[in-house]
Amino acid sequence: MTVSVETRNLSITFGHGPTALKVLPDVSFLVEPGECFGLVGESGSGKSTILRCISMLTDFWKGDVLINGKSVRDMPLIERCRTLQMVFQDPYGSLHPRQSVRTVLSEPLRIHKLSDHEDRMQKVLTDVGLPVSFLDRFPHQLSGGQRQRVAIARALILEPSLLLLDEPTSALDVSVQAEILNLLQRLRELHGFTYIMVTHDLAVVDHMCDRFAVMLRGEITEILPREAIPGCEATHPYSRELIGASLEYEGHA
Amino acid sequence: MTSPILDVKNLHIRYGGASADAVRGVSFTLGRERLGIVGESGSGKSTVGRALLRLLPSAKITAETMRFEDIELLSLTEKQMLGIRGRRMSMILQDPKFSLNPIRKVGDQVAETYLRHFKCSRKEAGEKAIAMLEAVKIRDPERVCEQYPHEISGGMGQRVMIAMMLLADPDVVIADEPTSALDVTVRLQVLNILDSLVRDRGIGLIMISHDLNLVRNFCDRVLIMYAGRVVETLAARDLDKAQHPYTRGLLAAQPRIGGARAPLAVLDRRPEWLEEVSR
Repeated sequence: MTVSVETRNLSITFGHGPTALKVLPDVSFLVEPGECFGLVGESGSGKSTILRCISMLTDFWKGDVLINGKSVRDMPLIERCRTLQMVFQDPYGSLHPRQSVRTVLSEPLRIHKLSDHEDRMQKVLTDVGLPVSFLDRFPHQLSGGQRQRVAIARALILEPSLLLLDEPTSALDVSVQAEILNLLQRLRELHGFTYIMVTHDLAVVDHMCDRFAVMLRGEITEILPREAIPGCEATHPYSRELIGASLEYEGHA
Repeated sequence: MTSPILDVKNLHIRYGGASADAVRGVSFTLGRERLGIVGESGSGKSTVGRALLRLLPSAKITAETMRFEDIELLSLTEKQMLGIRGRRMSMILQDPKFSLNPIRKVGDQVAETYLRHFKCSRKEAGEKAIAMLEAVKIRDPERVCEQYPHEISGGMGQRVMIAMMLLADPDVVIADEPTSALDVTVRLQVLNILDSLVRDRGIGLIMISHDLNLVRNFCDRVLIMYAGRVVETLAARDLDKAQHPYTRGLLAAQPRIGGARAPLAVLDRRPEWLEEVSR
């Protein structure tokens, strides 16, 4: 099933009293079913916070997050986990160092009372391009790219419809990044996933996303189609600066 | 090119307890130029940078020669090395969040470089620090000097580190992924500052990075390392004309703005790359 995602007037404040910091003042956007939607902007602009709000890892926000029209707040935990999953930036930090791949993958199956553990684990490992024998490995026995594949496998094993990708390749070498991006593309074609992808790399956005939002200090300055990148067709000054810097950095200028 | 500042021949590095060399027979020279060393994680590029400053106490470093001007670095005692490290050769590290001392004021940390290497008063060192912070385009350097590292942004932190490393006016600067922790917009500013300082002062720069775009834009020459060896040496502007399949593979694996959205080329690592010697 492909799902749409809509955030309406999403806002969040960290802290209390005079030191309270409004990290997201008022964010609204709509992601079409099956779309890959990018979130770009400088560090601290609230990109990852949006993902954490959608996934309810941070739950004290205000506003609405609707998945196929249904509020994530109204979803029971079990349903929410079956609907959306997250892949984190650093595969060195997001896998438990003392849990084997088998433990990592079987825990969600156990919690969700699913059957055929072994079959499902083997299928998902094959899906992410790892040999089945890796089930008995520990994170320290895997390379960075292999770890990120395990993290993606962990997200896929509950067969969600929405994947929240928080800089899934920025900790990886360019050759390994290519493998992971290809994998994400292939999985999207295969399963019709909706992706929301945080990244700081506009070349990755151009490669992966249909549209993207440029964020500045918690606000979306504008939402652009990927086609706007090569010619720098943004209108907001910050988006223009960001795209311009990326083009210059790649040597287009 | 006049006589090189650095001359490294057949450098081998083995970490304590390891069964194989992390760096295997690397040779290069550095003049008053900007030399890029690129490669993936684990290729040995940072290890080379650290070995030059003898920052690998547990590793066994051997080389036919590892010469800095007329000094054979491998024959120096640790005490002699202290006079070189930070004074004549210095290193800029990746992430200001982890490389600056979190519980010392920025100004004191920058001034320490000067105090340590030159006979002068604290006041004089503090003035030097402020002037240097100005040179790396920090607005209001007096105020920044009184701040702690957590109070400044990443881009500013990285400029502070550059200031710290250039304060003693070194001949060689080794920058190990100096901007990979920074946002694209800030990255260019920091690189431009580093670039102009290095050029103005005629410093030899070694830029260690995994980022091909960075070395293409900010280096004169590039060494490409794979599994502890240099597989190819190129002029940075000729990077796109690279011959070695590994370099070409790295270039092809990179998504580009305006590129076709076909699946990216994936490196097919050949076992013979492990043994080839650079041409």
